[in-house]
Amino acid sequence: MAPSPHILNTANTTQRMMKDVLIGLLPIICMSVWLFRAYAVKQLIICTLACLISEFLFVRMRGRSASLGDCSAVVTGIILALSLPGSAPWFVGVIASMIAMGIGKIIFGGLGMNIFNPAMVGRAFVMIAFAQLMGASAYENMTGLADAVSGATPLSALKFSGSAIKISELFWGVTNGSLGETSAFACLVGGLFIVLRKTASWQIPLSIILTVTGIAGITDIAGSHSGEFLFHHLFGGALMFGAFFIATDPVTSPLTAKGKWYFGFGTGVLIMVIRLFSGYPEGVMFAILLMNAVTPLINRWTTPLPMGEA
Amino acid sequence: MGLFRLKGFPGTGNFRHGIHPPDNKSLSAESKVEVMQTPETVVLPLLQHIGAQCKPVVKPRQIVRYGEVVGVGRAFISASLHSPVAGKVKKIGMVTLPNSMHLPAISIKTEGDQINPQRLWDEMTAMDWPRDCISIYAPETIAKIIHNSGIVGLGGAAFPTHVKVAPNDSRMIDTLLINGCECEPYLSCDDRLMREAPKAIVTGALLAGRAVAAKEIVICVENNKPEAILKLQQATEKTLIKIAVLKTKYPQGSEKQLVKSVLGLEIPLGGLPSDAGVAISNVATIASVARGVIKEGPLTHRVISVSGRGIKHPKNLFVPIGISMGEVIEYCGGITEDAARIISGGPMMGFAFSDMTTPVTKGTSGITVLTHDEISDEQETSCVRCGRCVDACPMNLVPTRLALAARYNNPSIAIRYHINACFECGCCTYVCPAKIKLVQLIRTGKKLVAAMAKS
Ligand code: SF4
Ligand code: SF4
Repeated sequence: MAPSPHILNTANTTQRMMKDVLIGLLPIICMSVWLFRAYAVKQLIICTLACLISEFLFVRMRGRSASLGDCSAVVTGIILALSLPGSAPWFVGVIASMIAMGIGKIIFGGLGMNIFNPAMVGRAFVMIAFAQLMGASAYENMTGLADAVSGATPLSALKFSGSAIKISELFWGVTNGSLGETSAFACLVGGLFIVLRKTASWQIPLSIILTVTGIAGITDIAGSHSGEFLFHHLFGGALMFGAFFIATDPVTSPLTAKGKWYFGFGTGVLIMVIRLFSGYPEGVMFAILLMNAVTPLINRWTTPLPMGEA
Repeated sequence: MGLFRLKGFPGTGNFRHGIHPPDNKSLSAESKVEVMQTPETVVLPLLQHIGAQCKPVVKPRQIVRYGEVVGVGRAFISASLHSPVAGKVKKIGMVTLPNSMHLPAISIKTEGDQINPQRLWDEMTAMDWPRDCISIYAPETIAKIIHNSGIVGLGGAAFPTHVKVAPNDSRMIDTLLINGCECEPYLSCDDRLMREAPKAIVTGALLAGRAVAAKEIVICVENNKPEAILKLQQATEKTLIKIAVLKTKYPQGSEKQLVKSVLGLEIPLGGLPSDAGVAISNVATIASVARGVIKEGPLTHRVISVSGRGIKHPKNLFVPIGISMGEVIEYCGGITEDAARIISGGPMMGFAFSDMTTPVTKGTSGITVLTHDEISDEQETSCVRCGRCVDACPMNLVPTRLALAARYNNPSIAIRYHINACFECGCCTYVCPAKIKLVQLIRTGKKLVAAMAKS
């Protein structure tokens, strides 16, 4: 006989969560296509297809039935594409996708078993393997829509030549950068959607943003940058994109609300440490990967006490 | 939501986590209780409560009167069984209850003059239940009458009531909570009883309160039952009984959540409400206490809800214990074409069954018939560690961990994550986006843990 409970919340399925993420990504996709035109379209198509095909092949290799229906490979593909520079050649996208699905996900046993965010694993690999194709120059020799978007990324410019651009441009996203990271505005719109739909946790983005605001704010005041520094770190780089769409990946972030606060706080601190003290202008990816690694530990520390256990 | 306030009690009227499933109570809540006529046969399983099985004290072909004891519970945690009809004992056969217990049961064929069940129900709904003369009953007497009347918890758990009210020096009871939450979706039998027999509940509450020497008696109702609240407010006028109007949320009616909600106390892990100085009894149980003590009538009938979109005419019925589920369903017009699952109890914690000869027992609070649309047989996918099960668990457990421990045959992890604190409310399974049957896995895990403890 069928076990209890006999009713389920049918409005809430993994597939719906994935579709919500895709809808949330739409404003960012639109923004990147508008800014980078064919570069964006090409990268999105390459990564999505490559992720779907790799998932299919790898799952087949392990003798499991395909799990493409849950859309998670599409989500990984799009997030990966949006985190690459538009100028990266096609094989970079393909290799990143294969690493994302193969090493990032399937090796651990598929959706739900992986420790690291697959898209970030793929991106980290190509970033190290193809350093010059992915480095600062990758952004500078690209011809985009407006003059504003050629040249150094805002955070590189700030870090290496100390030049700041207008905050409004930074916020709306008419700047250079990886495909999906330029517009803080688009990320906020899509991000708020997935948070309001309860598909993504609100604790993670909020705690990341608060932590970054805190650290960048103090640095700003200490260096009397009158806000420029703070807003560059808040709206520039992949901060908003990472906080809403990458760090909130449920599989690789903690289970409990408390754990999510710790996770976000840790990510925020790491982002600022990398941005301020390392040779990289950008730290979102590595910060999230590092926090992914400590997520099992956070889960252990934040195991809730059962009711009645003093 | 955030505006909810409970005044006059230490608790907030709410507890942590839990869920808001559609309650679907409107299907049956407006149908007045109808009295079913005495059936041709009744089947009385010898264990209808938590505790030791009854010993049959009748033989086949023996003639029994209405209310005669047919099975006695000698152990302290047990309850006697009374015949709800006059008739002749047919045989002592075996039945399988929806909870998969396989038990001996006495079948009785009705013969001769029957008690009129309408009279029993009219007695219950009468407005002249005494309130002042209860001090003539000594607390021990009340507990004894409850024991002799075979009264057990009618909310579903069927724990023998006299055990809770037996005077006990080592365990002081400060508060008696009368549970009228009825948080299971679809069911409306307690709601109807509070609306139609509030005076019986008040008398029973005063009696039970006297038995346990409670300083305070509180009737707890969720705020989705305004009429029941109104009727109880009128019925409790000029008594010291208080009414706590609680937030509608599943599982508000579960003991630990109720104590937290009303009194702000937490029952220690693995403990009983009495460890927090609280006794809890369901409204229907309390009404039968009133009947047992004042009218000297044993527990032979109860109110059940028959509801769900799979039933032609949802109703609330006053039925003899031992009547078959099939007869009750027939009385409600039968099941519809798209009926998919028949459940004893409500959809969150009830048991599915298919044998229509299954008898209604003391603990049967209702029959819910769900249609294909209502039950979901979506395929299970991988856990995405979203933590929704954690945010839903009223016991503050980590259901996904418990399920994983069961799946990988690891009882020690299950124990570390307090598997036995789970009371199988179903909240975790309800919210899981991956449609993982968490409760079922947790049940398996509990068996693993029990097996490990044995070896
Ligand atoms: S709700 Fe389901 S998918 Fe989410 S963590 Fe719990 S078991 Fe996993
Ligand atoms: S069934 Fe158990 S684990 Fe699941 S929510 Fe209820 S108490 Fe928690």
